[in-house]
Amino acid sequence: MDNARIDRIIDKHQGEASSLIQVLLEIQSENHWLPKEALERVSEKLQVPLTRIRHIATFYKTFSLIPKGRHEIHVCTGSSCHVRGATRLLDTVQDLIGIRPGETSSDLRFSLETGNCLGCCALGPEIVVDGKHHSKIAPDNVEDVLKDYD
Amino acid sequence: MPRINSATELEELRKGILSKRDPNKPCIAICAGTGCLALGNDRVISAFEEEVKKQTLEAKVDIRATGCHGFCEKGPNIIIYPEEICYIEVTPEDVPEIVSQTVLGKEVIDRLIYTDPNTGEKAAHQSEIPFYKNQMRHLIGNNSKIDPKSIDEYLALGGYSALSKSLFEMSPEQVLEEIKKANLRGRGGGGFPAGLKWETARNAPGEEKYVIVNGHEGEPGAFMDRALFTGNPHSVLEGLIIGAYAIGSHQGFIYTRHDSPQLRNNIAVALTQAEEYGLLGENILGSGFNFNVEVHLDIGIFVSGESSALMRSIEGKNPEPRPKYIRTSVSGIWEKPSNLNNVETWANVPQIINRGSEWYTSIGTERSKGTKLISLSGNIVNTGVVEVPFGTTLREIVYDIGGGIPNGKKLKAVHFGGPMGGSIPESLLDTPLDFDELAKLGAPIGAGGMFVLDEDTNMVDVTRFFLNFLTNESCGKCVPCREGIRQMLKIVTNISEGKGREGDIELLEEISEVAGAASLCALGKTASDPLLSTLRYFRDEYEANIKEKKCRA
Repeated sequence: MDNARIDRIIDKHQGEASSLIQVLLEIQSENHWLPKEALERVSEKLQVPLTRIRHIATFYKTFSLIPKGRHEIHVCTGSSCHVRGATRLLDTVQDLIGIRPGETSSDLRFSLETGNCLGCCALGPEIVVDGKHHSKIAPDNVEDVLKDYD
Repeated sequence: MPRINSATELEELRKGILSKRDPNKPCIAICAGTGCLALGNDRVISAFEEEVKKQTLEAKVDIRATGCHGFCEKGPNIIIYPEEICYIEVTPEDVPEIVSQTVLGKEVIDRLIYTDPNTGEKAAHQSEIPFYKNQMRHLIGNNSKIDPKSIDEYLALGGYSALSKSLFEMSPEQVLEEIKKANLRGRGGGGFPAGLKWETARNAPGEEKYVIVNGHEGEPGAFMDRALFTGNPHSVLEGLIIGAYAIGSHQGFIYTRHDSPQLRNNIAVALTQAEEYGLLGENILGSGFNFNVEVHLDIGIFVSGESSALMRSIEGKNPEPRPKYIRTSVSGIWEKPSNLNNVETWANVPQIINRGSEWYTSIGTERSKGTKLISLSGNIVNTGVVEVPFGTTLREIVYDIGGGIPNGKKLKAVHFGGPMGGSIPESLLDTPLDFDELAKLGAPIGAGGMFVLDEDTNMVDVTRFFLNFLTNESCGKCVPCREGIRQMLKIVTNISEGKGREGDIELLEEISEVAGAASLCALGKTASDPLLSTLRYFRDEYEANIKEKKCRA
């Protein structure tokens, strides 16, 4: 991510220090992770110490300080999905792609996250890939869903 | 869009919108809530658009993508106006038939209407389906009647008339008085009277004051605020502006989820439209009152829904709560008086102003007034968003509205309030929905997530699930919460795996007492609530696990 893009995001928020979280969020959603250089640029432009930025970047779960895969898999482990078999679903996903929640596969194809309730409790258990919901999914069907994501 | 400069101009605009409408013109309202969207209703919407185009009916039929209708279990849901015919589980293949037979031919298609699984009775209209029939949908009911992206449709339903009434016919004190008389209690979990909170913020020293919509909704199993805010954003915004007027605030904040693109988009559109009409910004409706709103997004941590943590987050800092010797309504964002209310609380405000506190207090129980949105989920036939008056019994919600427990199973417990709530056994199912009644039973309403558990559920496992959630979500600032929950989780995990020891239950009770007394914020203070309530009603399950050294899960 180059400085021009980062500057554009910062300018959009009028370069105010209170917009730090929103700026980081936009960098994260464009770039999928927060590279060190990007954080340094933000620190310089917003006049916020790098320690405080790292404090925030390591606190919120949405931020990642390591590269993320091309596709983000999110297994809902909210209470309703839990009673409807989310644990078994998560196990299947982990077995299939060989990583645990919070990790990224070495070929950068997938990142896996477990997540709080996404508000589709009628449709659980579900996995969300790049924002697309795959609902009422049985462990046997996971492979079929994931093969479409390269 | 023309700017509206007075109450009269607002009414003229409304009349103009209404006069252009033909109440008999068919309208297909398709639910575009999160649930139906996940079920592929985007394909249903495009199928309708194509079909209407194909039959060149664009001028004769309206298509409206709406917010959540509530009946998520049977999605994608559609309603055909003016007859209010409800079709469930609609697929793109059904669309041509619906257009020609129902929209044009006024015939009901039998296969697409709701059939009661118990009685076999069919119901074609929303008002006949038990799920809807037994509700009182003052807040969520408008979702199916408006396009959330159109302020005109909100205006057509009488929108912003409460704001105009407040600004031109009432003083800020009178608005405050009305909310106090209505005894509107905070819907976010605490049940604290909103009027008193407003008064504190109003009377707090300092010129600059803030009002905040808490739309974080991080509790697993709670999705009603999202449904309301996405489906009818102007109702929340109107409440917020009225509140700001009463409190004397000129800056508002909306704090909501980053992971619901639809919600974010609808809020952004609503703010732009309100600004263009002069319902937001400088000199609102020509009244001289100024008010602006800024949107902030949560980024995936549960504790940032806690009021003082949320305010830190708006300041651009880490969402760590602070002790509340001084209330946030006196010293909140940047140490300024900051009045925070939940989405549903704000949405109640316009109807109280419009219809009066007397009307409002006629609904509900003695100390809990109005209606409550409930997210019904778990082992229940009809998962969805439900709105009922306070005083409705839990039995009515589970059986009359929720349709009971699937697969012929028996009900074991009802859990309220998510990870910081409690469970009530089947024997107490005739308890009315009421802030105080439920709190007394150890299962405070919380934000309104109602989680139904069948006879196969192991309560130790449910407790372990919630403790595990909270261990991950604790901000770590204070020791009683950070360490207390971790230790409780360890012990409960041991018990659930059959490794429990004598004395574990007593130890759990001791830790939970300390965590409850010494934690900084509600997360730590109430983290042990699920544990305590299951120990209260299902102690035998813990004891059996310990004595028999086995895992019953």
